[in-house]
Amino acid sequence: MTVAMEKPETSGEAQQPVPPPPAAPVRRISRSMVVGAILVVWLLAFALLRGRQTLSLAAADLTDLHRWLNDVNDSIGANRNSNPLFLYFFNEIRLVIDNLVTFVQDLISQPSGDRPVPQIGWLGVVGLAGYVSWAVANWRVALLAVAGFTFLGLQGLWQESMDTLALTLSAVLVALLFALPLGVWAGLSERANRIATPILDFMQTMPTFVYLAPLTLFFLIGGASATIATVIYAAPPALRITAHAIRSVPATTVEAADSLGATRRQSLLKVLLPMSKRTVVMGVNQTIMAALAMVTIAALIDAPGLGKTVVQALQSLDVGTAFNAGLAIVVMAIVLDRVTTAASGRAEAARRSGNPLLKWRRHLLVAGGAVAAVLVYLSHTYLWAAEFPGDGGTGSTIAKAADNVTTWAQDNLSGLTNGFRDVITNGLLNPFQTLLTDSPWWLVGAALIGIAVVLGGWRAGITTAVCVGLLVATGVWSDGMTTLASTVVATVLVMLLGMVFGVWMGRSALVDRLVRPTLDAAQVMPPFVYLVPFLALFGATRFTAIVAAIVYAAPVAIKIIADGVRTVPATTVEAATSTGCNTWQIITKVQLPMARSALTLATNQGLIYVLSMVVVGGLVGAGALGYDVVAGFSQGQLYGKGLAAGLAIVLLGVMFDRITQAAARRTTN
Amino acid sequence: MARHWRAGAAGLAVLGLTLTACGGAKVGDSSEAGGSGSSGKCGTFNLAVNPWVGYEADAAVVAYVAEHDLKCKVTKKDLKEEIAWQGFGTGEVDTVLENWGHDDLKKKYITQQKTAVEAGSTGNKGIIGWYVPPWLAKAHPDIKDWKNLDKYAAKFKTSESGGKGQLLDGDPSYVTNDEALVKNLKLDFKVVYAGSETALIQAYRNAEKNKQWVIGYFYEPQWFLSEVPLVKVDLPAYKTGCDADPAKVACDYPVYDLDKIVSAKFARSGSPAYDLVKKFNWTNDDQNTVAKYIAVDKMTPDAAAKKWVEANRGKVDAWIK
Repeated sequence: MTVAMEKPETSGEAQQPVPPPPAAPVRRISRSMVVGAILVVWLLAFALLRGRQTLSLAAADLTDLHRWLNDVNDSIGANRNSNPLFLYFFNEIRLVIDNLVTFVQDLISQPSGDRPVPQIGWLGVVGLAGYVSWAVANWRVALLAVAGFTFLGLQGLWQESMDTLALTLSAVLVALLFALPLGVWAGLSERANRIATPILDFMQTMPTFVYLAPLTLFFLIGGASATIATVIYAAPPALRITAHAIRSVPATTVEAADSLGATRRQSLLKVLLPMSKRTVVMGVNQTIMAALAMVTIAALIDAPGLGKTVVQALQSLDVGTAFNAGLAIVVMAIVLDRVTTAASGRAEAARRSGNPLLKWRRHLLVAGGAVAAVLVYLSHTYLWAAEFPGDGGTGSTIAKAADNVTTWAQDNLSGLTNGFRDVITNGLLNPFQTLLTDSPWWLVGAALIGIAVVLGGWRAGITTAVCVGLLVATGVWSDGMTTLASTVVATVLVMLLGMVFGVWMGRSALVDRLVRPTLDAAQVMPPFVYLVPFLALFGATRFTAIVAAIVYAAPVAIKIIADGVRTVPATTVEAATSTGCNTWQIITKVQLPMARSALTLATNQGLIYVLSMVVVGGLVGAGALGYDVVAGFSQGQLYGKGLAAGLAIVLLGVMFDRITQAAARRTTN
Repeated sequence: MARHWRAGAAGLAVLGLTLTACGGAKVGDSSEAGGSGSSGKCGTFNLAVNPWVGYEADAAVVAYVAEHDLKCKVTKKDLKEEIAWQGFGTGEVDTVLENWGHDDLKKKYITQQKTAVEAGSTGNKGIIGWYVPPWLAKAHPDIKDWKNLDKYAAKFKTSESGGKGQLLDGDPSYVTNDEALVKNLKLDFKVVYAGSETALIQAYRNAEKNKQWVIGYFYEPQWFLSEVPLVKVDLPAYKTGCDADPAKVACDYPVYDLDKIVSAKFARSGSPAYDLVKKFNWTNDDQNTVAKYIAVDKMTPDAAAKKWVEANRGKVDAWIK
C-alpha cells in the first residue's frame, strides 16, 4: 500500500508476456455497463427501503464489542505492575529503546551529564551532515544538507530540530534493524511474503491515535513510546521495498550463480544483496519520510521536538509559529530525501562518469573526515560552536509573513470558498452520503461486492464480502459509510487534480521541476499547520476535512500520473502528431489511455492516502470514524469504540486496495 | 598523490589551529551557562500539562515557583487528560493541576487503582455551557434564553446540520452532555462535532468578524474570551442531581470546582513541590491574565509566569510558606 511499492509491482506486471488484447475494448464497455446496472438497481432499492436497517449508532453509544475492548484495556492498566510480561518483556524493550534515544539526544540535542549543552553542538552537526552527505552521495546534496541544517538554526529552532532528528534517527535505526532482515526473508520466501503483507497493511493503515494511548501503558510516556509508535508506522515501507528488490533480481542472474556452484548463502551475499542495493536504499528513504510524518502525532505523548512546537502553537491558533516549525520539518525532510535518493543513485553515476577526481576520492574522504572531526571537537569545546548564535530572527520573519498571508486569505477569500464548499457539499457529498448511510446495510454491502466482482474478479469479491462482514461487526457501520462518502468524493477530486497537473508535468520537464518541490512540501508539512487557515475558510465541516485530505493525497497521484505520462514512448506521440492529432487529442486519445495502469495506481494510492487523513479530518468537523478515533484517544469510556473505528478504517483501506489492485491487474493484462 | 595528501593534512591542521585559537568561551566556563542548578531536597517534579492554555498558565506559574523558589527540577509533560492520569500509575506523572470533574477518571484511578489522590481546589471556577458571539447577543437579546433557541434554529443551519440548527461541539475530551440536552429539551438542533478546540475557536472568531450565526459549546476560564467576549445562553438552572443520569439530562452544567490531583506516591514523598501544589490557589482573573500573556501576547510560558509572579509576590509567598 505504499507509493514506492506499488509502482515497481505494476511495472513488474508489465514485464510479463502480454497476451494479445483483441477483445479488451468490448469487455471494458460491458464491464462499465454492468457497474452502471448495479448502481441503478441500488438506487431503485434505495428509493423503496430508505432509512431501514441502517445500523446507525449515536456518538456516545457503545456496542458490546466496544465495552469488551474497554475492559481489556482497563485490566492491562490495572495489572501492569504485577504482570511478568511487563516486568520482564515490555520493560526491557522500553529500557533498551529509551537508552538509545537518550544517547542520541545527549549527543546532539539535550544537555548531557553536567554539560549545559549537548556533546556535539550545531557546528559539529552541520559539519557531520555535510560530510556524511558528501561521502554517501555527492557534493551537491552535501551543500544542500549544510544549507538546510543552518537554516534550521536561523529559524530559531535548532534544539527542537535536533530533538526531532534524534527521535527520527533512533526510530529509523530500530525500524531498519527489523525491516531489512525480514524484508530479505519475505523476498526469498513466497510464504513469508504472503503472511507479511496483511500485517504490513494493518500497520500502515491503522490510525496511530488508536494505539498511542495503549503504547504509553506498555512503554510509558516519552521517548520510547514515541519511537515505537514511529517504528510501527515507518518500518513497513523498508520491509516491502527490500522484499520487492530481492524478488526483482532477474532469475537468470540467480540461475547463473547457481550453475557456477554458489551456495544459497553465497548467492544471497554476492548476487542478490549487491544487485538490489539501490532499491533497498529507496526503502530506507521511504522509511525516513514516514518517520518524519509521525513527528506531530508523537508530540501528543510528549515526544520532544518540532511536533511539540506545532501542537502548542495551535492551542492559541498561532498559525505563524506553527508554520515556522512545520517548515523546519519540511526542510529536514527534503534534505534527508535528496541525500538518500542521491545515495541510491551514486554508485552507478560514479561508475558511468569516470570522473578523474574518483582516484582522489579516498584521500579526499579522509581529509573531509578530519575537517568534520575538527568541527565536532570545536562544537564540543566552545560555546559559540555549541549553541546556535542569533535569536532566530529568520523564524519570526517567516512566522509573521505566514500570519499575514493567512489573515489576507481569510479576509478576502472566505465568500468565494464558502460558495465552493456549498456546491460540492450539496451537489456531490450530501446525496452520495445519504445513499450510503440511509440504504439498508445489506444493500450497500451487496452493491460493493457486486462492483468488486465486476471490476476485480471473484477473489476481490470475496475479500470485499469479508470486509463488509467485519465492518458490520465493528458496530460503526453507519459512521463507516459517512467516512466512505467523504473519502470517495475526496478521491475523485484528487484524481481530477492528478490528471490535470500530472499530464502537465508529464509533458513538460520544466513544469515538473517547478511544481515538484511544492508537492514534496505538501506531503511532509504537518496537516495541523494548514488546518487553521482551512477552518477559517471553510468552517468546521466535512468539506474542510476533504480539502485537507486532498492537499495530502493529491501530490502522490500527481507524481504517479506524471511518471506514467512520461513513460509513454516518444515515438508513439510523434506518430500521433504526424497523423494530425492536436494536443488535446494526443492527451485524451494517446497519453492518458497508454498511462492507464498509472491512473489505476494513482487511484489506489490516492484513496489510501485520503484514508490516512480520516483521523485528521475528525479534528476539523468530519465527524464519523475520524471523530470516533479521536474521541477514543481522549476518553476512557470511548476507547473501545475508537479502536473499532480504527479497525473500520483499516477494513475500508484493505477493501479498496484489493479491488483497485485486482482491477489494475485486469487492465494491464 | 602522497604530496597532495600531505598538503591537505597540513592545511587542515592550520585551519584547525586557527579556529581553536580564535576559540572564545569554553563550554562549562561561565556560570551563566549552567542554569539548571537543582538541589537534592526537592528533586524532580513531573508536571502534566493538558492541552489548553488555561492549564498551561497554571503549569507555568507552578513550575516557575517550584524551579526558582524551591529549586526543583521541573519536567513538564504535554499530555491529554486520560494519558496524564494513566501516568500516575506508571510513576511518570506527579501532578495534574486543573481537573474538570472527570468522575470517571477519579473512580478508576483514585477509588479502584489507588494510584492517585485529590489535592484540593485550584480556586478556579469552571463554567461550561452554550455560547453565542457578542454581536448576536446584542442584535437578538432574547437568544440568551434557551426557550427562544428554536425560533432561530433555521438561522443556525449549515451544510453539516442536516436541515436543523447547528450546535457546534469541540474537543471530544471535554465534558459534554450536549447531545442529551438537545434531545431532552426537544430543540430543533443537531450536535456537530468540530473535533478540536482549534476548530471551535476559529468558528467563533469568524462568526464575530463576519456576523455569522454560531452557537456552540464553550467554557470559562478561557483566554479566547478576552479576545471575543462570548455570551452564555441560559439553560434550565442546575440543581444537584439533575445530571445524575447522563441520558436524561435537561439542565445546565454545574459550576465546576476545578481541582488538583497528584499521584499517591508523590503525596507521600514529602517533596516541597507537593506542599506547593496543595497550597496553590488563585482566581479566574489571575489565570486569565497569565493565559492572555501566553496566547495573545505570545510570551513563552516561563516569561509569562515570571511577569505574573513578580507582580503578585504576596500570593506566591502564601503558597510556599
